[in-house]
Amino acid sequence: MSSYEIPATAVSQASPPLRRTLSTRWISVLTLVALLALWWAVTASGLIEPLFLPPPAAVLQKGWLLATSGYMDSTLWQHLGASLGRIGLGLGFAVLTAVPVGIAIGANRIARGILDPLIEFYRPIPPLAYLPLIVIWCGIGELSKVLLIYLAIFAPIAIATATGVRTVDPAKLRAAQSLGATRAQLIRHVILPSALPDILTGVRIGLGVGWSTLVAAELIAATSGLGFMVQSAAQFLVTDVVVLGILVIALIAFAMEMGLRALQRKLVPWHGQAH
Amino acid sequence: MALLQLERISAQYPGATTPVLADISLTLGPQQLLVALGPSGSGKTSLLNLIAGFVEPSAGRITLDGVPVKGPSAERGVVFQDDALLPWQDVLANVGFGLELAGVPKAQRQVRAHEMLALADLAGFDSRRIWQLSGGQKQRVGLARALAADPRVLLMDEPFGALDAFTREQMQELLLQVWRRTAKPVFLITHDIEEAVFLATDLILLAPNPGQIVERLSLDFGQRYAAGESARAIKSDPRFIETREHVLGKVFSQRQVYA
Repeated sequence: MSSYEIPATAVSQASPPLRRTLSTRWISVLTLVALLALWWAVTASGLIEPLFLPPPAAVLQKGWLLATSGYMDSTLWQHLGASLGRIGLGLGFAVLTAVPVGIAIGANRIARGILDPLIEFYRPIPPLAYLPLIVIWCGIGELSKVLLIYLAIFAPIAIATATGVRTVDPAKLRAAQSLGATRAQLIRHVILPSALPDILTGVRIGLGVGWSTLVAAELIAATSGLGFMVQSAAQFLVTDVVVLGILVIALIAFAMEMGLRALQRKLVPWHGQAH
Repeated sequence: MALLQLERISAQYPGATTPVLADISLTLGPQQLLVALGPSGSGKTSLLNLIAGFVEPSAGRITLDGVPVKGPSAERGVVFQDDALLPWQDVLANVGFGLELAGVPKAQRQVRAHEMLALADLAGFDSRRIWQLSGGQKQRVGLARALAADPRVLLMDEPFGALDAFTREQMQELLLQVWRRTAKPVFLITHDIEEAVFLATDLILLAPNPGQIVERLSLDFGQRYAAGESARAIKSDPRFIETREHVLGKVFSQRQVYA
């Protein structure tokens, strides 16, 4: 893919385009608008029944209703808050533990020998496959959901951190050593900042996995949260709530991805620069 | 009195049949700028790494002021070929990095870092980011950083090897000015013959398989520059050219032996 994109930009930079061209961003915006229009058209013309796909206006109206009066005893905000709270807790604990573990794996042979196979063993298992076991051990309360998210986010962050630590420029390490750095100072001043771009990439991947895991877990065992809202609405064929729920879930995922990219640009402005 | 002393140093990588360095003895004292010149494979980088403490010799003894060298330390400052600066810090923080590691208060290390930047001809570059600097400027920051920690000796690992010819000449002149003003003993390795002859007060020529010293020269071209003579005048001096050709001939005769 990228090998196609690079020459394309190179060409457009080298020779100014003769025809007026649309920027990629505008093409994306137009695509979204076209999809919305199609949605409106097929529902307004009665081609698809509202039971299967309610019109955009109805979904929007339902959204207002959900936000103000609620669905299944809770407003949209409460469902959203429940989901965000769970992923926030899972993410917080994952960052606090996975970064030190990743540093240990990357910097210490014994830690790598012990931890690497454990993480590599559980990482490829879909989190929903061990959800039943977690439910047996920890019940269906908040703990099992947070634990599930935690496990889903932990592995990508730990592995990305370890990669970042292993690829630290050896010249920078030697430079710090020849300036008198102790081992702890090396980690604090050289290894951790060097690995930061990788850690943030790990968080991005982890959040993506964590979010889909969370929503799926809420579909199965929960009494609140966006996944629960969609699932219970589906049981009563309240299609507009289902569609609205899916849109909100997608929006949150998109916002998290964009937020992390912005964070990455802010925290590691040197990343990708020739230095 | 000799400051840095290498006594019959040998080095061998695990599994290799021939040592990288065999039976190297040398001393580096005050006022000296010792240049190790050699083709690639002659073990000059290994020699620097041994002195810096990044690797250990398989035989022999390295001492600084009579104390055996063990591991890297702030008393042996290193300037690297590819700057090895920290891009997440600005220029001033990079220069003060060694002092930060030593626990020097911020205000104090900034004063010192400013002095070193001025010495390296980079006054006013404090808040620049590393990736905004040119290759020559990065090497100046690297030099200022090594000097800020006030090392006993300064080790330079092909510091100008990656620079273009014009910048390299400027950097050589800057190094001589800094060397004269700080009076730090310098150990520099290079594969550039003219650079070696111009800078060195003492030149050692290394030959490969195994790395050994095949020639030692005492030179004064760098001192003449430091005393005010122009670099072009020195480099076009017949005695300079003669020395350069002599060293070049030595390098090639060694090459033939080991080709």
